[in-house]
Amino acid sequence: MAALLGRRLIQAAAVLLGVAIITFLLLHYLPADPAALVAGRSANAQMIANVRHQLGLDLPLPLQFWRYLTGLVRGDLGRSYIQRSEVATLVMARIPATLVLMACGVFVEVALGLTFGVIAALRRNGIVDRIVMMFAFVGVSSPQFVVALLLLYVFAAHLGWFPMSGFGTPAHVVLPALTLGLLGAGWYARMVRSAMIDVLNQDYVRTARAKGLSRTRVVLRHALPNALLPIVAMIGIDIGQFMGGVVVVEAVYGWPGIGQLAWQAIQQADVPIIMGVTLVSSLAIVLANLLADLVAPLLDPRIRVR
Amino acid sequence: MNRRLLKSAAMALVLSAGLATFARADDRSSQGGTIVVTYQDDMATLDPAIGYDWQNWSMINSLFSRLVDYKFGTTEIVPSLADSWTISPDGLVYTFKLNPKAKFTNGRKVTAADIKYSIERSVNPKTQGPAGGFFHSIVGQDKMADGSATTISGIEAPDDSTLKFTLSQPDATFLNVLALNFASVVPKEVVEAEGADFGKKPVGSGAFKLEEWVPGQRLVFSRNVDYFRDRPNLDGFKVEIGQEPLVAILRLQKGEVDIAGDGIPPAKYLEIKNSPDAKDLIVDREQFETSYITINTTKKPLDDVRVRKAINMAVNKDRIVRIINGRATPANQVLPPLMPGYDKAYKGYAFDVEGAKKLMDEAGLKDGFSTTLYAMNTDPNPRIAQAIQQDLAAIGIKAEIKALAQPEVIAAGGNKDQAALTWSGGMGWIADFPDPSDFYGPILGCGGAIAGGWNWSWFCDKSFEDRATKADAMSKPEQKDERYKIWAQIFTDIQSQQAPWAPVFNERRVVAKSKRMGGSDAVYIDPTRVIDYEAIYTKK
Amino acid sequence: MKRALSEIARQPATCVAVLLIAAVVLAAIAAPWLAPFSPDAQPFDGLSLEGAPLPPGPKYWLGTDTLGRDLLSRLLYGARTSLVIGLVANGVAVLIGMTLGVVAGYVSGVVGNALMRFTDLMMAFPALLLAIVLAALLRPSLWIVALVIALVNWVQVARIIYTETRGLVERDYILAERSLGAGHMRILFRHIAPHLLPSAIVWGTLGVATTVLLEATLSFLGVGVQPPQPSWGNIIYESQSYFQAAPWLVFIPGAIILATALSFNLVGDALRDLLDPTQRGRG
Repeated sequence: MAALLGRRLIQAAAVLLGVAIITFLLLHYLPADPAALVAGRSANAQMIANVRHQLGLDLPLPLQFWRYLTGLVRGDLGRSYIQRSEVATLVMARIPATLVLMACGVFVEVALGLTFGVIAALRRNGIVDRIVMMFAFVGVSSPQFVVALLLLYVFAAHLGWFPMSGFGTPAHVVLPALTLGLLGAGWYARMVRSAMIDVLNQDYVRTARAKGLSRTRVVLRHALPNALLPIVAMIGIDIGQFMGGVVVVEAVYGWPGIGQLAWQAIQQADVPIIMGVTLVSSLAIVLANLLADLVAPLLDPRIRVR
Repeated sequence: MNRRLLKSAAMALVLSAGLATFARADDRSSQGGTIVVTYQDDMATLDPAIGYDWQNWSMINSLFSRLVDYKFGTTEIVPSLADSWTISPDGLVYTFKLNPKAKFTNGRKVTAADIKYSIERSVNPKTQGPAGGFFHSIVGQDKMADGSATTISGIEAPDDSTLKFTLSQPDATFLNVLALNFASVVPKEVVEAEGADFGKKPVGSGAFKLEEWVPGQRLVFSRNVDYFRDRPNLDGFKVEIGQEPLVAILRLQKGEVDIAGDGIPPAKYLEIKNSPDAKDLIVDREQFETSYITINTTKKPLDDVRVRKAINMAVNKDRIVRIINGRATPANQVLPPLMPGYDKAYKGYAFDVEGAKKLMDEAGLKDGFSTTLYAMNTDPNPRIAQAIQQDLAAIGIKAEIKALAQPEVIAAGGNKDQAALTWSGGMGWIADFPDPSDFYGPILGCGGAIAGGWNWSWFCDKSFEDRATKADAMSKPEQKDERYKIWAQIFTDIQSQQAPWAPVFNERRVVAKSKRMGGSDAVYIDPTRVIDYEAIYTKK
Repeated sequence: MKRALSEIARQPATCVAVLLIAAVVLAAIAAPWLAPFSPDAQPFDGLSLEGAPLPPGPKYWLGTDTLGRDLLSRLLYGARTSLVIGLVANGVAVLIGMTLGVVAGYVSGVVGNALMRFTDLMMAFPALLLAIVLAALLRPSLWIVALVIALVNWVQVARIIYTETRGLVERDYILAERSLGAGHMRILFRHIAPHLLPSAIVWGTLGVATTVLLEATLSFLGVGVQPPQPSWGNIIYESQSYFQAAPWLVFIPGAIILATALSFNLVGDALRDLLDPTQRGRG
């Protein structure tokens, strides 16, 4: 097991290096000039050249990357062009908020998705199934911004049940997590429904039913664990969506997460922050998938971990 | 309040009209109280040598002090760190006497050497700031800027309370330059200790000091009890970051927010404007701003002045103003109406599609041509770009729109071969100081027509360059009106002879504030400082 | 085929869905003849005096947008853009994802590993960010945007299919088939692919709505379909903050996206039931 884990960790490191190289290359060709941005609008050619030299942007590209990489090893992600602070500090400051939102969002998603998925599968093609799936569908096809604002209007502005904006107390996380959960649950519900239907038709489940086991017992003990397999993989993928995709929800609810930082950095072509956010997100995605791969054999012993 | 009023009255050359609009009698300022201000974007930096956006500008202004300053809500220069000053008859030597009471918030006295250090730091290329160019008229600035000198020889501090500037040429705007944030005084020992993080842990000698900064969440400012000028009205203010403008307005209506810094989003504007509370909630005021289309004068067929004039005549400015709910006035010239040198008599190019078509015909472009129009991707700019696109199509110009993030538009504009037409909205030129010359150098002069520069028309004309230099040499107070007249002529001549821009509108600034906020409109939309944190107050 | 048609005809919901998809496709094709106005025309009377968009009325049936353009005409033309994005981009993504996922899951050894590591690498990128950078580097146009969306979206499909394939490969009956000397192709197509179809259909049909919205996000970031070309996504996105002041701008296109996506989903379900091996001969 330890050797296996070691190998997977090395693979993960290789993936991260690949991400770093590709992102660095892509951002280098971004059609914006950081030196001119930093030098400001009253700069002359000499000042722009000066700044370019100081930022090390006049060096050959491989050397620039080498500098970045050696910094990275020391935990130095460089300094933001716009904010002038260390990227590591900026990113770290926002990670706790994102983790909280991510955990709560995934929880709501999975809880709703599992419940709806199982109910729909058991009542297959009935009215309940149709209604539940319709609901799941409305979520998936709704623009995040509108849903987030509607929830905020109703539950925060009018009813005053939750604070409108900010971070810190459990009450703050309810609406953002609910928005994410409602919009994402459709995917899980659909996946669970399909997987459950597939499993319920397997011979062993039919056998179990034929043996006279109760319906609940069959569903919970035999069918559900097998249907969980794609869900675990799905959560791994979801983390990736979360790191990049919660921008809108974070913006509406004033949630100080990494999505807002990324969005701003992209709007401002603040390359060091984009690099930093990408790497941290990639790290989270890689770890989540690693975890998903390690958990999968526990759920289904027939899968050997490769 | 008294001391400041007396002094500025003595100093003022003209008693500004701004004074009349100051503080209504019924809402006397109450001292104390803290308020909540919201913005969507992170605060960039509070380093006065670097910070240069309209969001951090007013906060930096309130954290630091400068030799001279503007009277709140006006463009009138008043003493600040400097108690008094003299200008030599040839306009080349400025000598300032410092206020002995000025202290940094770490307790140390402000000395003349600190100011010398601070301005040198702004110019120093190692600071990587945008400020260097502003101090160009000081002797030795060039050597400092290119890194060949470590001090500016034209700034001398013979003793702790005397500071002497020697200029290489007379500069009518020099006091304005010294009132810029970039001339703020910073304590050397703190700057050296904090290094690049000084912008996160600023120490100044201004009306407020920074208590707390939680990245991505909030900044808390409190009153500087040792401030050497009159105490600010507020005890402090909290700036909340990451607040979506629409939500900020909702919170403001509920009374959770006092100033929504990003203004009112178009989707909410008419609702609020037409509500019974509008008078208390909205501050709507002109600013030193012009939004325009730059026309790349080096690109075919835009190098033909007839085509540029046709573009000017084709744009339906009234319709564009309607699209943004009337929050601007159509513009016919480069300078905004508030700016000295604005020519009321000049009419510019009237909206005239037939006339534009005729000009296109004369230029041999009866069948039109294809080009690109760059614009920033935040609302309402893509909408305005589409309106312009439709107007140009009417005279046969097929403009493909590129709606991009701001830095990409700036990069395209600063590349001679790339952007043909650029809509400036969202990045429009807002004056650094109330002088017409600020609208020339970087955006219409040869100095800005460089790769990465802001002269996106790539307009560089020797004869105008000479006239501009001559106008700026007229630094004597009695020459002021004549100088403004010359500048007015320069700008109208550029437009009527060369038409490198199509001015579209002068946007007014709209700020939303809660009902409990007091003070004249001018201190919420100050011509040079954006928000006057020192002057605003809560009503009791 | 005949069986398929009669199956569909028996379910009224599926019938409606098929008709709706046909209507959307028809609207997209016939937009120039159906639209009452040009989708880009900004008539002077399309905005109120204060610059507000006009609600649905006799002249502009579905109202106007924030530039005073006729919403109905824009929706009709937008169907073209959105169908390309929703079908082509999404279809390509599912196809690539399925192929890579199955191969990586089934073929062990160097090839399978290499494929999966490549997928891991692609998946480690935050999707939106990758899309933005790619679209900024390539010149944004409808087909480039479709390509970018496909390039970003296949990864998730590949990962899910990979996990499921691995689960299937180890099942007894497949091992049994193998020991009986069945060829790889036979196992892949007879035994593995049919079990993966449900997931593929789920992704394919759910993806229609999400890709349409992803295109809108890209438009918003300035790397999507460039204005004034309409797409359902950017019609919503441009006006989403107006959902109080001008609800027709958000809820009409929203309902259309939803109805279309729902129809694809229903048809997908019907297809799934037809193709599912464990369902055959029942129901």
